Amino acid sequence: MSVDAMVVDVVGIGAWSTTHHGWPALVAAFAGEKFAASPATMRPAPLLLPAAERRRAPDGVAVALEVASEAVAMARSSSTSSQGIDPHTLASVFTSAHGDLAIVDYLCTTLASDPTALSPTRFHLSVHNAAAGHWSIAADDRAPSTALAAGDDSFALGLLEAATMASAERRAVLLVAFDTPAVGLLAHATHGTALFGFALVLRPGDRRASDEAVEDEGGDDGVVDERAGDHEVSKRDVSDSQVSDHELGEDVITRLTLSITSASVTMPLPVRSALQPLARSSAAARALALAEALTVDGRTEVRYPLGDALALAIAIERNIPYDNRTGDEAIE
Amino acid sequence: MKPLAITACTATTAVGSGTTSLAEALRSRRSGLVINHDVEVATGVPLATWIGRVDGIASCVLPAGFEHLDCRNHRLAWLGLQADDFATRAREAIDRHGATRIAVLVGTSTSTIAASEAAYREHARSGAVPATMTRSDLHHLHATTAFVRDSLGAAGPCATVSTACSSSAKVFAQAARMIEVGLVDAAVVGGVDSLAASTLFGFHSLGLVSTERCRPFDVRRDGINVGEAAGYALLERFDAARHGDVPLLIGYGESSDAHHMSAPHPDGRGARAAIEAALRRARVPASTIDYVNLHGTATIRNDDVEAKVIALLFDERTHAASTKGWTGHTLGAAGLVEAVACLIALRDGFVPGTLGCEQRDPVCGPQIRIDGEEREVRFALNNAFAFGGNNAVLAFACDAAALAGATTR
Repeated sequence: MSVDAMVVDVVGIGAWSTTHHGWPALVAAFAGEKFAASPATMRPAPLLLPAAERRRAPDGVAVALEVASEAVAMARSSSTSSQGIDPHTLASVFTSAHGDLAIVDYLCTTLASDPTALSPTRFHLSVHNAAAGHWSIAADDRAPSTALAAGDDSFALGLLEAATMASAERRAVLLVAFDTPAVGLLAHATHGTALFGFALVLRPGDRRASDEAVEDEGGDDGVVDERAGDHEVSKRDVSDSQVSDHELGEDVITRLTLSITSASVTMPLPVRSALQPLARSSAAARALALAEALTVDGRTEVRYPLGDALALAIAIERNIPYDNRTGDEAIE
Repeated sequence: MKPLAITACTATTAVGSGTTSLAEALRSRRSGLVINHDVEVATGVPLATWIGRVDGIASCVLPAGFEHLDCRNHRLAWLGLQADDFATRAREAIDRHGATRIAVLVGTSTSTIAASEAAYREHARSGAVPATMTRSDLHHLHATTAFVRDSLGAAGPCATVSTACSSSAKVFAQAARMIEVGLVDAAVVGGVDSLAASTLFGFHSLGLVSTERCRPFDVRRDGINVGEAAGYALLERFDAARHGDVPLLIGYGESSDAHHMSAPHPDGRGARAAIEAALRRARVPASTIDYVNLHGTATIRNDDVEAKVIALLFDERTHAASTKGWTGHTLGAAGLVEAVACLIALRDGFVPGTLGCEQRDPVCGPQIRIDGEEREVRFALNNAFAFGGNNAVLAFACDAAALAGATTR
């Protein structure tokens, strides 16, 4: 069986590093602006969380919610009403090689001294889906949500799953990649050195799929009713026959065409050499090679390793100038 | 969704290795739970509770070339692969489809964390950094999944799903999507979680661990027993001519409660949405479901909410029960183990009751049963609900003929 390429449209982007607070700052850095770096901050304070939780949330949760909020706000402000992104029914894929290493370090340290002193709050924050859970609660997002890890390939596998979910279920998907710096003894075993987060809102890229998603999403669970979808396809195939599959909606930032090929490739790095150390600082920050390709008329394909034998090839077709795109619509 | 053939499955739990042990234990009401003596994790603080411990881990030897990855979770993963000749079946599928055309997706909540805990304990005692602490391929969440992939010789997309106690139910959904879009032709899905101090003392800190044997849906229930397990299933695109009357994965449903990190929504909003989504994808009505393997952890709140949702959605003919009294709560492996319990019921025509439950909570409808029974089982559901309000439900059919007869048009 041949591998069909999956086509997804990027309609929202979010990013955060200790020196790039938000997507526009990262875009400026890719453009080589000397003043791009923000004053170094240890962690973001996502407005989506109530004030008390904003301070208490672990770094991983904080950075994940910060970039998720930015990406979803951008998608909402720019998407047309017919293809609107509803945060309450937006499926999500959270991916991180290590989750919150400070929490794991706390667990292991406490268990080595006095296991019965373990904090119940820290324990429930130790689950890998802590960020996914906090997002769903804070955004009142009742749609399916998953939390993945795949070592150094965590970003690529997360993107693959988000695109697969968008294609298979014909629905919009939020992808959030994040990693946290290693602390304590764990620093001997992990190379994560910087807090980093990156998010995309993806929509199925072919006309048929994106139209159906609007028809089918809804209800409390936001689950696509495939029977209704199948029925709609036959009508739509006729009426939409004159519309090119290749036409990008005006709210689409870039169109990604993903395929898997048998190839052994090394991790991609951003062309802008100043960003390469950051790209090497964690599994999540490997997203920077793709992020850069979303912004400038440079690379049109980025390939990520998926293990030793496969590569995830992403063909990139840019649509609107990136500098017009910032999110300003709050999630209610 | 297009049904997927389940061409092999296995589970290794506290009741023994393989489907034969599990089937026998479920029928004879032989529990695998034992009193915790702090042997497996050796924290120095024996927590007063019962655990679902897998026998044979101490003497298990990892295959040649993987010695450097030795730890309890990998031994458990390896033991589980040997049961029911699963590793052989998986390798045959790899030969059939090609190594890059098979995904390996494993659910786990804590992966190799017990190895990290042990290194921290050694460091606290000696002050030196243990040599094992420098192994970057051991101390991370994806370590066990990578071990499973490499020991089988698979080379397709490989990911760890870690959504706490729904992890290894969600691997079925991810595999179904990957096969649906043509990324792969088959998937090895798994669930592996071994005993660890993090989970024992973590659930204890939340007041969710019972000092007794767990009592799912009993009015006196007071918490879980932590268990360990490894389970696997082989999923392939269904081909009637080739696969005949194999059991099928016919639906999955996922949802988020969007309510609380460690407590279910009081009305079971997310649980209900996930069940309904699974039935919708399966295209069978709730009235056709013969057996529901409940999440049934024996915590006060999970069982209360789950019982209400079951009473609301199913009629009396559906037999719903929890197998946690046999295996303990195997956390990230629970979805897989309990999927295998469903497949055994579909194969054998026997549905287990709820071991440990004596006085049913009045909140339970007639669906929730204490006793097992012989009956024809054509359709089964498996519930898995997790911290973070993360819900996953799977739907299975005994074969394609049953599905054809029941599908809603």
